Amino acid sequence: MKNRLKVLRAEREWTQLDLANALDVSRQTVNAIETDKYDPSLPLAFKISRLFKLSIEEIFKYETGK
Amino acid sequence: MNESKIQTGEWSLQTRKSTIHLAKWTALWVLTMVLATFGSLLLWESTLLTIIAILINLSVGIGMIVSNIHHLKTTDEMMQKVQLEAMGISLGVGIVGGLSYSLLDTTNLISFNAEISHVVMLFALAYLVAVFAGLRKLQ
Repeated sequence: MKNRLKVLRAEREWTQLDLANALDVSRQTVNAIETDKYDPSLPLAFKISRLFKLSIEEIFKYETGK
Repeated sequence: MNESKIQTGEWSLQTRKSTIHLAKWTALWVLTMVLATFGSLLLWESTLLTIIAILINLSVGIGMIVSNIHHLKTTDEMMQKVQLEAMGISLGVGIVGGLSYSLLDTTNLISFNAEISHVVMLFALAYLVAVFAGLRKLQ
């Protein structure tokens, strides 16, 4: 699953730690999501979408065959 | 940082607190283990005191387990996933490795006795390696 988390975070000039604190996760988790190494759970995806005021589909893109 | 300034997480504070809490319970458990092991050898000769020391060790051990469960619940979902995989691997390695080790002893293929402490060390090492590998994979 691909996502725009890094871009969205950069647009707001947030650090990974800022975002991690807002989402109640570790900085390592934010980094793993940004680098597509970890797919967040649905509750966390909703939390991210609420934080950025965007729909989940605008942030995450499911890619078949991966 | 612009726009709505993000609040610093209460979560990281909670995780730190639960980690320290778990470390204290673990240290206490190790101390009671030392007391129960060496107390009867070096400090007293009473069987009753030995039983009490073992019961204290058991009680503190239960406290440590509860503290560990609480700690795992305060970690975030990715760490929970890493921990779950590590626990699965260490349980598998511990059981399979431990039973094979026991077989080596019962079939007299090794000259020394297969001690439970060796299996505990195997569990711990497998767990540490699995956590490290799990975190490396997600970096």
